[in-house]
Amino acid sequence: MTHQLRAEGITLGYDHTPIIDGLDFEVIPGAITVIVGANASGKSTLLKGLSRLIKPDAGQVTLGGRNIAALPGKKVATVVGLLPQQPIAPDGITVADLVGRGRYPHQGWFRQWSSTDDEIVAAAMAATNTEQLAARHLEDLSGGQRQRVWIAMALAQDPEILLLDEPTTFLDVTHQIEVLDLLLERNRQHGTTVVMVLHDLNLAARYADHLVVMRAGKIIATGAPADTLTAEIVRSAFDLEARIVPDPVCGAPMVVPIGRFHGRAADPDPAPADPAPATRSRLHQQV
Amino acid sequence: MTTLQRADATPLAHARAQRGLRNRSVVLVLLAALVVVAAFSLAVGAYSLSVPDLLRTLTGQGSQGENFIVLSLRLPRLTLAVLVGVAFALSGALFQTVLRNPLASPDIIGVTGGASAAAVFSMLILGFGSVATSLAAFAGAIIVACAIYLLAWRGGVVGYRFVLIGVGVAFMVQGVLGYLLSRADLNDAQGALLWLVGSVSGARWQDIAVVALVLFVLLPVIRLADGRLQALQLGDDLAASLGVGAERTRLLLLVVAVALAATATAAVGPLAFVAFVAAPIARRVLGTGGLALVPAALVGALITAVADFTAQHLLPGQLELPAGIITGAIGAPYLLWLLATSNKTGKGA
Repeated sequence: MTHQLRAEGITLGYDHTPIIDGLDFEVIPGAITVIVGANASGKSTLLKGLSRLIKPDAGQVTLGGRNIAALPGKKVATVVGLLPQQPIAPDGITVADLVGRGRYPHQGWFRQWSSTDDEIVAAAMAATNTEQLAARHLEDLSGGQRQRVWIAMALAQDPEILLLDEPTTFLDVTHQIEVLDLLLERNRQHGTTVVMVLHDLNLAARYADHLVVMRAGKIIATGAPADTLTAEIVRSAFDLEARIVPDPVCGAPMVVPIGRFHGRAADPDPAPADPAPATRSRLHQQV
Repeated sequence: MTTLQRADATPLAHARAQRGLRNRSVVLVLLAALVVVAAFSLAVGAYSLSVPDLLRTLTGQGSQGENFIVLSLRLPRLTLAVLVGVAFALSGALFQTVLRNPLASPDIIGVTGGASAAAVFSMLILGFGSVATSLAAFAGAIIVACAIYLLAWRGGVVGYRFVLIGVGVAFMVQGVLGYLLSRADLNDAQGALLWLVGSVSGARWQDIAVVALVLFVLLPVIRLADGRLQALQLGDDLAASLGVGAERTRLLLLVVAVALAATATAAVGPLAFVAFVAAPIARRVLGTGGLALVPAALVGALITAVADFTAQHLLPGQLELPAGIITGAIGAPYLLWLLATSNKTGKGA
């Protein structure tokens, strides 16, 4: 059974200052949706709204056609899971204990632990390659290992729709790819719907089936990355001049930012306040 | 409906079984220690009994003198010490877990201080007796806790803000206490001071019944909230993602924690630091980031029982110290150690 997760005219904000105003958004079941946008464009806020971490001031989020705020929390948690940007763990917690806590929404009042729970936790740890870490303390792990453990916890929750807020932040490039591959595999093999916020436009374009570009609380473009990530869209979303070329690895659009000091050779009409040629070349070396 | 393939869970199940075994052994060791301390408390004193004599007395076959000493003098005192130990320990564990801050304990953030101020006010200014003083102490704790909660509220309550405001409130309450004591008659002030240190001497069965009743009602609540507590340990966002309404759960558990601290303080006065140290000690013994509520409760009971026994017998002759001095002597160095080490790692227990 697949559930539709949909935002209908939601207004979200903190202390009644709306960050998102009257937004409609629909999660495409079975796809990987990546949300990109400048800082403070409302990406995380949208994720939080979708997972009822913040209540909309107007509009509603529906799951399977029913208002998510009116559904029991544990019930929603078996369908929609969210991995926040900076999750907190108590000191001294072991990896196995932490991953096991993802099972909470599936357990009854007295939280009897079943062999199914064990099997699903083991599967989540196998998928994230964290079985070897089971007895380790979370605080002793490296950043990449820690992020894999958190994803294992989210997988143990076994949601149909998994929302992730910047799952690759603070990771080096190797671990970024590792985490994204893991999510892609999860999506392709188990049909888990993935919605995530990413900062790296090129990785977003590569891993997204569906790209959502936000600016100032509004969605300014949405669709397949090849159609969505154009120079104009990047300019209006990020105030950044960029060239779009095909990614040599997979053909997805690749954003090559231009900036103030590079790529001017291609510019037929340099600005009058341009630094002198000598300064420019020195700057070039520095930059 | 699960989308996950099952995987071989044998190693995990094995690891969990071992954790469970360790939990159980820690609990058993703590229980055994508690029984030993209890036996000492009941048997040793100005009139000491042998173990067979003690067992005989406990089963109702002692002499009249033994019955009086053990059943009427020592047993109530021990029972009250154990019960308030449990109440303080669980209160502290809940505060620390719910607010995710090792300093968030009712004795640090002024909740027990509020009880003290109200109790001293009722003793010195209103001239109340002991029952009314207990009620005043209970009310004082509740009022202070509500004040902190409301002052810390900004569309939600965050641990560190709650603790900072609580510490501020604790100082205010200290000021009130100082004023009340400085205005009081010397004799009255002496009585109030004794109450302020905290002591289980003069335990009456009605006090014990009240504490036992409160525990009887609240322990099942805590047991049922145990999963929510574990979710709350992971932060508000993850808790919500797991289906736990963070704000509502926090409020419910704070009410439980305040009720426990208020009841215990009303019965014996603010036994310093028991709430603060019990849960971290239990977690350290277990080596776990889990809740460890049962071990924490046992550690609390052990601390108060040992403290009371030590307080009775530390000084030679008939001189007796209030148990609060002993718990304070254990708790203060722990606080310093916690502050010193948490500075190094950037986080608390």
